[in-house]
Amino acid sequence: MALETTIIQEKLTQKFGEKVLDFCMSKDIFTFEVVPSKLHELIQTLRDDEELNFNFLTDLCGIHFPENDENHQFAVVYHLHNWIENTRIRVKTYLTADPEVMSIADLFLCANWMERETWDFYGINFVGHPQLKRILNMDEMISHPMRKEFPMEDGGRTDKDDRFFGRTIINQ
Amino acid sequence: MSELLLSPEHRYAKIIEQTRNEDGSELSILNLGPTHPATHGIFQNILLMDGERILEAEPTIGYIHRAFEKIAENRPFYQVNVLTDRMNYCSSPINNMAWWMTVEKLLDIEVPKRAQYLRVIVMELARITDHLICNSILGVDTGAYTGFLYVFQFREKIYEIYEEICGARLTTNMGRIGGFEREWSPKTFELLNTFLEEFPVCWREFENLFERNRIFIDRTINVGPISAEKAIQYGFTGPNLRAAGIDYDVRVAQPYSSYEDFDFSIPVGKSGDTYDRFCVRNAEVWESLSIIRQALAKLPEGPIHANVPDYYLPPKEDVYQNMESLIYHFKIVMGEIPVPVAEIYHAVEGGNGELGFYLTTDGSRTPYRLHFRRPCFIYYQAYPEMIKGAMLSDAIVILSSLNVIAGELDA
Repeated sequence: MALETTIIQEKLTQKFGEKVLDFCMSKDIFTFEVVPSKLHELIQTLRDDEELNFNFLTDLCGIHFPENDENHQFAVVYHLHNWIENTRIRVKTYLTADPEVMSIADLFLCANWMERETWDFYGINFVGHPQLKRILNMDEMISHPMRKEFPMEDGGRTDKDDRFFGRTIINQ
Repeated sequence: MSELLLSPEHRYAKIIEQTRNEDGSELSILNLGPTHPATHGIFQNILLMDGERILEAEPTIGYIHRAFEKIAENRPFYQVNVLTDRMNYCSSPINNMAWWMTVEKLLDIEVPKRAQYLRVIVMELARITDHLICNSILGVDTGAYTGFLYVFQFREKIYEIYEEICGARLTTNMGRIGGFEREWSPKTFELLNTFLEEFPVCWREFENLFERNRIFIDRTINVGPISAEKAIQYGFTGPNLRAAGIDYDVRVAQPYSSYEDFDFSIPVGKSGDTYDRFCVRNAEVWESLSIIRQALAKLPEGPIHANVPDYYLPPKEDVYQNMESLIYHFKIVMGEIPVPVAEIYHAVEGGNGELGFYLTTDGSRTPYRLHFRRPCFIYYQAYPEMIKGAMLSDAIVILSSLNVIAGELDA
């Protein structure tokens, strides 16, 4: 008996009401969004509820959407996995240009470095993280390099033209 | 001489001064790495030690960070593949195939059965290489050099097979969107068959050298154990998790590339210590060999790649003579191929755990965001806890039994 997506949706809307939204199947993974203020509580429910039982945090990462409105500038994406029913879900939360979200390092020990990585590359502040400092880049760095405005290469180079490398004004 | 001593203001000197043993004796701080020959890669750990015993450890990573995720956002899909090679370079074909499968999932491409089976063969070969390196190096770290030299020639044999398939050995860049770039030559199958004949003999001997070896057992049993609960909490996957007794394997949980057609078991350990990790890897090599044999026996005839001219570069001869091929060649190279807007997560069982690609596209030819779920980045955070209370020489053994690959750790 696989864990039905309708059960997940029912349970969560019952508990969180309007705070969880946009339920959909994105290819093979059930995806939904949650408001950042309820994120920690939601992940805890997903982990501790006997029926839901999402016991494993597979992945956590950030995304930058500079072209979205001001409330959807950043997203943090969580992939959770229920090993008993073998079901994966994806939880997304959108943040403002001054991104801040509750840390889930107290729920999953593995979230510790994943959140540090997200902080390092996107500058997303995880409130309540035990040791939020840079992990892959050097400590002296000021910028957050995975943000879209951060250029990949030295801007002074003239031998490379963005039009030949995928992004043009038309297809962006 | 006095210049070599720590000045009283140095932060280490302060720590040493503040944290003393109960009887007032001094502790010491040792900087292990970043480039130490015993750590097989660039890992730095600052250890607080009481004599030979480790009290605390602080790992620093990122010494070979190459910003693959950023580079991937600026490259078309088929050029991202060469980045994946360089993550877990002990088993690069697995990373390559995982990336193609992610793109195929995005584009809804059905790969022909033959190509899927050939992918399974090459992925299992890569798994053998990965485990072979990890286990033999673990032998070296415990003082047994012979086994390493003995099995390493078979890594060479596997690399010769890779070479026959794709022309490269270490960073393979193997395959294309939809399958392989060309049919495997008869020589590939010849080499493969010789390997299947000779390798088991050698691997059996390697096992016999270690599994009941008194010194090896003393060095590894109860060294760096981790409980199943802790392993889940720390996000362990792959052989390290299975050594703790949990039979989670992506090949079985979410079969990809026709893994459901093969009959194999998932070896599990009990206590999650270094010896169990070693034994689980040994057993997995036998399973991989069995999968390769089954795949060779059942190998269907047919095309080697899916019929997706929009994404698969046509043969060069055709480009010069055939209008259609020329158009497709132009479209692919100039990036005018249709790409759906979607979000994909695809996971495979890599050499050391669940290797996942989280891909978000916006309709352009490059990924909008590509995140690599690197298994050893996630489980390496358990390392300070695992070596707490262990001897310094155990720390080296634990590190090599975890199979942490620096390229994957730092991406």
